[in-house]
Amino acid sequence: MTDSTNHVNSNVDVIKLTASEIASRIASGELTAVEVTEAHLARIEAVDEKVHAFLHVDREGALAQARAVDEKRERGEKLGPLAGVPLALKDIFTTEGVPTTVGSKILEGWIPPYDATVTKRLKAADVVILGKTNMDEFAMGSSTENSAYGPTGNPWDLTRVPGGSGGGSSAALASYQAPLAIGTDTGGSIRQPAALTGTVGVKPTYGGVSRYGMVAFSSSLDQGGPCARTVLDAALLHEVIAGHDPLDSTSIDAPVPSVVEAARNGSVDGMRVGIVKQFRGEGYQAGVVQRFDESVSLLKELGAEIVELDCPSFDLALSAYYLIAPSECSSNLARFDGLRYGLRVGDDGTHSAEEVTALTREAGFGDEVKRRVMLGTYALSSGYYDAYYGSAQKVRTLITRDFEKAFEQVDVIVSPTTPTTAFPIGERADDPMAMYLADLCTIPTNLAGNAAMSLPCGLAPEDNLPVGLQIIAPALKDDRLYKVGAAVEAAFVERWGHPLIEEAPSL
Amino acid sequence: MTVTTDLVSYEDALASYDPVMGLEVHVELGTKTKMFCGCSTELGAEPNSQACPTCLGMPGALPVVNAIGVESAIKIGLALHCEIAEWCRFARKNYFYPDMPKNFQTSQYDEPIAFNGYLDVQLDDGEVFRVQIERAHMEEDTGKSLHVGGATGRIHGASHSLLDYNRAGIPLIEIVTKPIEGAGERAPEVAKAYVAELRELIKALGVSEARMEQGQMRCDVNLSLRPHGREKFGTRSETKNVNSLRSVERAARFEIQRHAAVLNDGGTIIQETRHFHEDTGSTTAGRVKEEAEDYRYFPEPDLVPVAPSREWVEELRATLPEQPLARRNRLREEWDVNAHDMQSMLNAGAIDPIVATIEAGADAASARKWWMGELARAANESGVSLDALAITPEQVARVAALVKEGSLNDKLARQVIEGVVKGEGTPDEVVEKRGLKVVSDEGALTAAVEEAIAGNPGVADKIRGGKVAAAGALVGAVMKATRGQADAARVKELILEKLGVEG
Repeated sequence: MTDSTNHVNSNVDVIKLTASEIASRIASGELTAVEVTEAHLARIEAVDEKVHAFLHVDREGALAQARAVDEKRERGEKLGPLAGVPLALKDIFTTEGVPTTVGSKILEGWIPPYDATVTKRLKAADVVILGKTNMDEFAMGSSTENSAYGPTGNPWDLTRVPGGSGGGSSAALASYQAPLAIGTDTGGSIRQPAALTGTVGVKPTYGGVSRYGMVAFSSSLDQGGPCARTVLDAALLHEVIAGHDPLDSTSIDAPVPSVVEAARNGSVDGMRVGIVKQFRGEGYQAGVVQRFDESVSLLKELGAEIVELDCPSFDLALSAYYLIAPSECSSNLARFDGLRYGLRVGDDGTHSAEEVTALTREAGFGDEVKRRVMLGTYALSSGYYDAYYGSAQKVRTLITRDFEKAFEQVDVIVSPTTPTTAFPIGERADDPMAMYLADLCTIPTNLAGNAAMSLPCGLAPEDNLPVGLQIIAPALKDDRLYKVGAAVEAAFVERWGHPLIEEAPSL
Repeated sequence: MTVTTDLVSYEDALASYDPVMGLEVHVELGTKTKMFCGCSTELGAEPNSQACPTCLGMPGALPVVNAIGVESAIKIGLALHCEIAEWCRFARKNYFYPDMPKNFQTSQYDEPIAFNGYLDVQLDDGEVFRVQIERAHMEEDTGKSLHVGGATGRIHGASHSLLDYNRAGIPLIEIVTKPIEGAGERAPEVAKAYVAELRELIKALGVSEARMEQGQMRCDVNLSLRPHGREKFGTRSETKNVNSLRSVERAARFEIQRHAAVLNDGGTIIQETRHFHEDTGSTTAGRVKEEAEDYRYFPEPDLVPVAPSREWVEELRATLPEQPLARRNRLREEWDVNAHDMQSMLNAGAIDPIVATIEAGADAASARKWWMGELARAANESGVSLDALAITPEQVARVAALVKEGSLNDKLARQVIEGVVKGEGTPDEVVEKRGLKVVSDEGALTAAVEEAIAGNPGVADKIRGGKVAAAGALVGAVMKATRGQADAARVKELILEKLGVEG
């Protein structure tokens, strides 16, 4: 899409480049990493007051990393495929010496003493970390409105949400504040924001990306993954962060699927693509359904065979999720007691340790976090465990089986990523159930642990907002997402004459 | 502390009631690193110097299972004749306490690594009692709280607390018995023998030093009474952290007497935790368990299941040492001692040192004599276990050899041992430094003997008159003159020789 012979001489041009283009221009000496970083820092300065994608910008750290890349190049050292490319890191990954809040007051002021494995791998690959992005507190939410530090605006319409929990990362991409971002996906927190902002987001197979240093919400569902504006960029980032980590027992000890190769060789010709009847019906916006149906037609045109699938247990996914995730979170969040790090309230000599913990949690946790901690505590209580947590685990097994059966018949499944386009800030803030429905199509994948991607498939005619197409692959077959995603992306760009993101308003 | 508990006599309690016990023993494994991270487990380090994001429960940190911890758990399970799970998981036990960084303990719940076993224990008179084992499971230790400013070191009245997380995450194996029934009046003795036997087993397996005085092995004594002839168990009390063999026995005995008093008065036993007090031998109420605490256990999602292959289990089974009880029976025969003496050696933790001393060349009788005599006293005085004394079995064997070759007598040998334990050096160095050699110079001895005869003419006459026993007085005089450094037997020979009497 960009003519590589164009001379890039303005910040505006630099920030609109893809990650792979930036990397190759740095490698060739056409751009320095410092120039690229400065261009993005300038963009952040210019627009983030309006967008509020970042909670913390690490200007000095980013420039130091960029300088190191330029020095490496000057010394003639070989640079990695994303060396010098700026990235927005979700504020859920620990960063040594740089604040990590998880969008919560309870960790205000905490400076982690260690880097998450993802952070380490990014640094080792010379990816320049610009700062930490806004998110729903502890990744609990679908709009980023639950951040203790205020909401993020959707660059397509700043009065609307960018999705969540990783709304800061997706908004940073859509507003050209960074070409790459990292998200985490527990029930859709990478894919749903990608859909709402017209960007690409991938939830890898559970265990594909290390969770070490990723502040836990729901351990058995949380999965870090790449976010970008193109499928190839997501693949390049995927290969940097994925792979076995001895510090995470649940990390997969197997080679990372060749996702970059797949992204460079997009094709659906001869593939069997499933559509699930449970992923449509009531609650789906007309424009979303329309763009999804067009995507299915496109897949057919590109040579795919479409197979209708019935996955009855998917109807139970949301209920099971809202028992398992709160249960695990009630235990994971117990450590935030004000004794060792972060916020401490009431330590004035008149309160006992227990009272200090209670006051700290009262002041430090937001309503949604409290709601889920209470729900989870109840679901795990003796006498209720079998009925709630136990039953939810059974549903989880059923969902996994439905996927297994489905993947006997098809290579990938497609669906809308989320039932609606971006909704106005405040519209669902007081209606948790309405908010939870945003993850209707994404949650089954988290429960089964397989891989999925969201990529833009057009604007809904009624509101001119982006619609996401979800591609779901079996566990360990992440490469299929990129193969299909790259083919669909190329076909749409050809049809539209440009990438969808170019239709976003220039802030 | 005032104890106002009424007791009935032990005999009266047993006349009316049948005690049922459950023993829960926590063993700290001797692994180099913690159960779920790479931190050192070395004792005595600067507070909080052995802690990392994982064992401090930092946001984002994750656990990784220590393979040696699992191996040790399986060995313990096998040695207790347990079945070893083919597949089991860790579970989170959720409760809030400042010394537990994550506010949940990573433990095992309904899928223990080892279950359904037994341990045969021997009582002082040689009777063997079989204790059934319910389970052995893996978990992590908590940190330590130090409450400052209160009267008793307890949290009540303290101005602030200090927390040391060096111990947090050290691997623990919790071994739980099935209800121990039918021990009757010997219940306290069975409890003590069980803990002693378990300690021997743990040490023999080499998985922990199991030093109770350092908290490496801790016992909870659960006890209830039921009237004779009734099947249903009574309400139990849980006496926590009883930390010596003697205390285990005393705690069980006290609780039997206390329960009986309450029941005789028509009262009911409250299910509660109790603390044992070494000074008074009594227990006092701790926290009342009005409702069973709800730990909200669920499978630990940060860890993958543990699925020990049968091949590995069999490999480990093949490495198991001889069962301590069987070994003691064999040693009893070899050493020619009775069951009671053997039990004393067991309780003193003396068996391994004695065996090692014999292996280093000493004969069984002298090895036993030194470890159960001089050294047991020394250990007792300084409140440590025998193997914590600063003397090796090789050194004890060296002392025994010096006695055997006649360079030392028993009295001198005791001084040598004292010197070694005090850190003055090896036995030979102590002999040298303290000048503790038996006077073997015949000339010097003869002179001392002649001096003694000349100084005690009356005694000498008696001996000449055939009263050989009177020689003892002259031997004493010679020993005094040589400051004990003479071989008493040789002195006696010389005296009789000088006085022309046949010995």
